[in-house]
Amino acid sequence: MSAILPPSDRLWWKQPLDRVEGTWIVIAFIWCMIMFVMMVGWHIYGKQNLSTETYKTSGAMFTAKAQAVVDKYTVRKETDKQIPVVHPPAGSDVYLVAKLWDWWPIIELEKDKTYKLHLTSMDYNHGFSLQPVNINIQVVPGYEHVVKITPNQSGTFSIVCNEYCGIGHANMAGRIYVK
Amino acid sequence: MTTTYRTCPRSGLQFDTEAEKLMLANAVVAVVFLLIGGILAIGVVLTRWPAIHWLAADTFYMTLTAHGIDMLIFWIIFFEIAVLYFCSSTLLRCRLATPKVAWLAFALMLIGSITTNVAVFQGESSVMMTSYVPMMAAPSFYLGLILFAVGALVGCFVFLGTLVIAKKEKTYTGSVPLVTFGAIVACIIAVFTIASGAIILIPTFLMSVGIVKEVDPLVYRTIWWAFGHSSQQINVAAHISIWYAIAAIAFGAKPMSERVSRGAFLLYILFLQLASAHHLLADPGLSSAWKVVNTSYFMYFAVLASMIHGLTIPGAIEVAQREKGYTKGLFEWLRKAPWGNPVFSGMFISLIGFGFLGGISGVMMGTEQLNMIIHNTIYVPGHFHATVVVGTTLSFMALTYFLIPVLFKREMIAPGLAKLQPYLFGLSMYFFCLVMMGAGTLGVSRRHWDMLMGGNPLAYEFPGAAYLMMGLVGIAGIAAILGGAIYIYITVGSLLWGKKLDIGSLSDKTVPIPVSAPSAVVHGHGSAGFAAPGTFSLAMVFLVSFVLYYFINWKYLSQVWGLS
Repeated sequence: MSAILPPSDRLWWKQPLDRVEGTWIVIAFIWCMIMFVMMVGWHIYGKQNLSTETYKTSGAMFTAKAQAVVDKYTVRKETDKQIPVVHPPAGSDVYLVAKLWDWWPIIELEKDKTYKLHLTSMDYNHGFSLQPVNINIQVVPGYEHVVKITPNQSGTFSIVCNEYCGIGHANMAGRIYVK
Repeated sequence: MTTTYRTCPRSGLQFDTEAEKLMLANAVVAVVFLLIGGILAIGVVLTRWPAIHWLAADTFYMTLTAHGIDMLIFWIIFFEIAVLYFCSSTLLRCRLATPKVAWLAFALMLIGSITTNVAVFQGESSVMMTSYVPMMAAPSFYLGLILFAVGALVGCFVFLGTLVIAKKEKTYTGSVPLVTFGAIVACIIAVFTIASGAIILIPTFLMSVGIVKEVDPLVYRTIWWAFGHSSQQINVAAHISIWYAIAAIAFGAKPMSERVSRGAFLLYILFLQLASAHHLLADPGLSSAWKVVNTSYFMYFAVLASMIHGLTIPGAIEVAQREKGYTKGLFEWLRKAPWGNPVFSGMFISLIGFGFLGGISGVMMGTEQLNMIIHNTIYVPGHFHATVVVGTTLSFMALTYFLIPVLFKREMIAPGLAKLQPYLFGLSMYFFCLVMMGAGTLGVSRRHWDMLMGGNPLAYEFPGAAYLMMGLVGIAGIAAILGGAIYIYITVGSLLWGKKLDIGSLSDKTVPIPVSAPSAVVHGHGSAGFAAPGTFSLAMVFLVSFVLYYFINWKYLSQVWGLS
């Protein structure tokens, strides 16, 4: 009798359970339930849950809204590309456009204030990877994802694209300042 | 349909000679794809090693696409088809159903895999294995994958047909062996996987030739992953079956209890496929409830199943060893195991690495909120190299060392090298996975050509430790590739110039599996009423590492920016 032969006991499902296996199954089951409760519990008590607020959108629609915020709240321009730096009031909507191969515009936020960050892509999938915090969110074309963020530290943060999006992918970077 | 049966003098296994040729053909093509994938791996690791940064960006992305597809799909599935034929026709001692159709399946898979490779190497299909729309590859890229999938599906049905024949011709009595049961689970998951692949790849193919206007990017991701992740679950079911088989072959170990092991396999059928959600946790548009239920395999029932297999396989070995008299202390059974036999050492290194590195990291990343701190970082390939390379590939390698004399009928060349190979390959892969996960924790992206980001003024300046980790990824990667090369040298070399062995007796009738007398369950050699106390203490070490690592990551998550 072995695992490569038919079970010698025709009624194998009636064999008693060994104590090692029984004990381990109970322990493993309890651990599985703890992990499940942990994930549900974090939705109730935790402060880091990814929002699911999503709208269908188009490139033109989203760009128009992003442009309106840029027109209203731009405080300066940076780099040779003259990328606008937007400083919106706390609690307001901020738009970030991912396109081959830029994040636009640069955003300036205030520490411990909450903002509604709208994300979409104009073309392929992109990846919003905030460094060095290491928060990573998928950015899918055609969908506007509204994420409430509350920066808890000040400094200069980079947005790296971490979803492959073609030949210029590795050069795609953006920035968020937190004051 | 007439065929002959060969009884192997070394293992006592009986092979249908038609099935034998098919196993050989599928296994050989699998190894060829492993070779191609391994050569491509050199390009990948030497480019991601920052100090070398070898290939140009376009060549790198092309190489990475081909590496992923050749390893994850072609090497593994060709080998799995051989395993399915072995688990049905050989283990049940019956003729293979419709060998001609099985050759058709083989031909479709071969044509499909070559077509996709040609498409990738023409350079217009550097879309990665996932080929997320709206980024498009050449139509022949999708066509090749579809042909391959159809071939693999036909192979699955040949396997199922063989089971029917064995039942009808009464070549065995009672239930199928546990290993065959595991193969059935793998096959059921494979049918689900291939159907999902067809549902999404056919419209994408039609989009690439201009018939369909648009495939929604989010729908694509959702259904593609029902194919992409489930195909890895075929591997889990397949390599766990192989672990059980090797425990039986190397130790004569019998399952501690058929009921528990089969029950655990059953949980796989019911819950394992839900894990496609693991790839969608950071996506817009899917509800939290959907994510929580799916990512946890309902309520971690597939994790429970894997934890059970992780105990029962070494447990069965321990019981068998204790019966042989290795009863001193907790671990004499393990110390006195045949560590010089690559069939065993490969299997055991695979089991430990799969559990500790692949399993723990997989559950961590599959937790909805924790996923945000690793999604699309190089932590992800760190995890899946522990599951698919340490788990699946190393198990297949271990099984190959058993099959060289049994199926290939050749004496293994370079037995000294073979003894070393699982250690070199397995342990360098352990290290490779660990440093990749380390780099991912520091934010390094996967599928990314340049950590310096081409001098973009907004670029993130990665810490020195991240560069160090990526350098170590390069070194460990090269060591693992060397280990892979040794495996290919031994396998191909034995097949070509290994000493021919006695093929054994041929007969035109199958000998049914004799009915063995039921044996009493022996539990007299352990301690404290535990038949396998050593395995149980190893399991507790595993549990403690699991719990610690899990909560360390929650602690880390609690310190990042608030998100709601």
